[in-house]
Amino acid sequence: MDYATLLQILDSTLRLGTPLLLACLAGLFSERSGIFDIGLEGKMLMAAMCSGAVAALSGSVWIGLLAGIAGSMMFAVVHGLASITFRGNQLISGVALNFVASGITVLVAQDLFHQGGRTPALTGNARFNAIDLPFAESLRGVPVLGPFYAEVVSGHSALVYVALLAVPVTWWLLYRTRFGLRLRAVGENPASVDTAGVSVVRLRYAAVGIAGLLCGLAGAYMATGLQAGFGREMTAGRGYIALAALIFAKWRPWQALYATMLFGFLQALALRPDVIENIFGFAVPIPLLDALPYILTVVVLAGFVGKAIPPRAGGEPYVKER
Amino acid sequence: MTLTKHLLGAAATLALTSGMALADPAIIYDLGGKFDKSFNESAFNGATLWAKETGGTFKELEMQSEAQREQALRRLAESGANPVVMTGFAFGDVLNQVAPDFPDTKFAIIDMVVDQPNVKSVVFSEHEGSYLVGLLAGMASKTGTVGFVGGMDIPLIRKFGCGYAQGVVAANPAAKVILNMTGTTPAAWNDPVKGGELAKSQKAQGADVIYAAAGSTGLGVLQAAADEGILSIGVDANQNYLHPGQVLTSMLKRVDVAVYSAFMEGADMTPGINVLGLANEGVGYALDENNAALITPEMKAAVDAAAAKIKSGELVVHDYMSDDTCPAATF
Repeated sequence: MDYATLLQILDSTLRLGTPLLLACLAGLFSERSGIFDIGLEGKMLMAAMCSGAVAALSGSVWIGLLAGIAGSMMFAVVHGLASITFRGNQLISGVALNFVASGITVLVAQDLFHQGGRTPALTGNARFNAIDLPFAESLRGVPVLGPFYAEVVSGHSALVYVALLAVPVTWWLLYRTRFGLRLRAVGENPASVDTAGVSVVRLRYAAVGIAGLLCGLAGAYMATGLQAGFGREMTAGRGYIALAALIFAKWRPWQALYATMLFGFLQALALRPDVIENIFGFAVPIPLLDALPYILTVVVLAGFVGKAIPPRAGGEPYVKER
Repeated sequence: MTLTKHLLGAAATLALTSGMALADPAIIYDLGGKFDKSFNESAFNGATLWAKETGGTFKELEMQSEAQREQALRRLAESGANPVVMTGFAFGDVLNQVAPDFPDTKFAIIDMVVDQPNVKSVVFSEHEGSYLVGLLAGMASKTGTVGFVGGMDIPLIRKFGCGYAQGVVAANPAAKVILNMTGTTPAAWNDPVKGGELAKSQKAQGADVIYAAAGSTGLGVLQAAADEGILSIGVDANQNYLHPGQVLTSMLKRVDVAVYSAFMEGADMTPGINVLGLANEGVGYALDENNAALITPEMKAAVDAAAAKIKSGELVVHDYMSDDTCPAATF
């Protein structure tokens, strides 16, 4: 495999890894506060539809992005209501939201545009266009790093850089702020947080809301950055891969970046069977590569690579007095 | 819960049976959805044309999940619809079980052969149409490398890819054909993001014409090709208009003709296998104002000559499904 091919695969990795990363961070916030979130997929789908539809109607991708975030937030609030306020089963609420999203996105898009549950193709300002970072072309001559900068780092849409920035921001928020300390505490031992006079309900709503925001970005990126419009079920299970990545990363932000990029890399590699054959000397079945994220997650869960311990109060609705 | 289910079921049956006095024809669309801009939409257009010409009405049903197949088929047959047309190979097994239970109803299935006395099986010679667009791709390519993105990895899609590769090689014996499949599950028909990514990776390998036979995933391929400034080839319906000037052509599969003629025959439909190929205008390539500038007169002459040879039997395009091998490509 030559350097240019590697760069192309890494470029593809970054594009494919970004929605996973955003969704994974969304899950991280939610689950660190003790709210399991199976509904990442549904929220992304909803955001993809809302952003695609509104961008098509308004002609502005930024308004579309806001609409995508709003759509995803709406689902987040429903999840919050069901699992925080009404203390329902978080898994069931999440699964239900996925089903609702799968149906309602097609219904709304069909009603608006009559194109079979698809939103019209976006052009020009209704889409996130690639941003060329400064000096990308002039630095191309620098050996090794120049092409890397020009090919892999530069030339993505704005949301890719937002996603990458979200990682240190998440780390800082979780580990260096009072809010973060409380958020982590509420996922481990909500009773003690409550005793300290901090509202468990408010903290958890905040976490679920942040998850909604991040899923909104992920969905909008898919519909208006990677593609030019929403299509039925276009998230194609990425919300679940993000969940697997979250477990793989053991609920930590930097590791989430590595895990999602690893999974993105596997997906990008699966697109190039010729490269795999060159490296290994034999053809690796593509379905195996597609399944690898899940296999790796099971390996981690089984305790081969350290222990993956979820937040202790995860999945448990907080009841003040029994 | 169960009571509601029963009530809803009963209501649905009532709603479906209420129109049984007339033997309206019915059509069931496969999972891609009625407006997929391709296969199913083509079927819908054929049905609409029939309705417009005869003034008749037809029933239609869109599949939402794999589990509905048998139920949907039985409901329509019970409601008295005749004939019942379904689009897609995936109905094959189900129809094989359902057809004997309704001996007085005629069924037509597109893309699959079902051997029952009351079933008409319509199959297309996709390899012939794909050969023609492959010829065009081979002539239009400047890099000598062209791509193919299939949907779900099934023999039918390999048949597309194999015919295409033969056409490319016929136009340019030194050409390289990159073949990719999107996946191995039905989700592969609905993943435009992955389709777009495949197109980009094929472009990185030098491809400058990419043929997509992948349902909604193909729309992602066409989009990415247009973004990257290379040419693409649509499938099933004429998709040239999606990105005018950037879609080289579309491989036409006249599902609309199949549905239209099945509806026309009505309850007197003759069962058996009906093959629609180049000779009876069942497949072809699309030429309209959107791609007129891309197809030079020489290309058109070459492709029309090849079409004539295939029609006369002088040129035989290998059908992947006949022996699961392809002379021009390896899957």
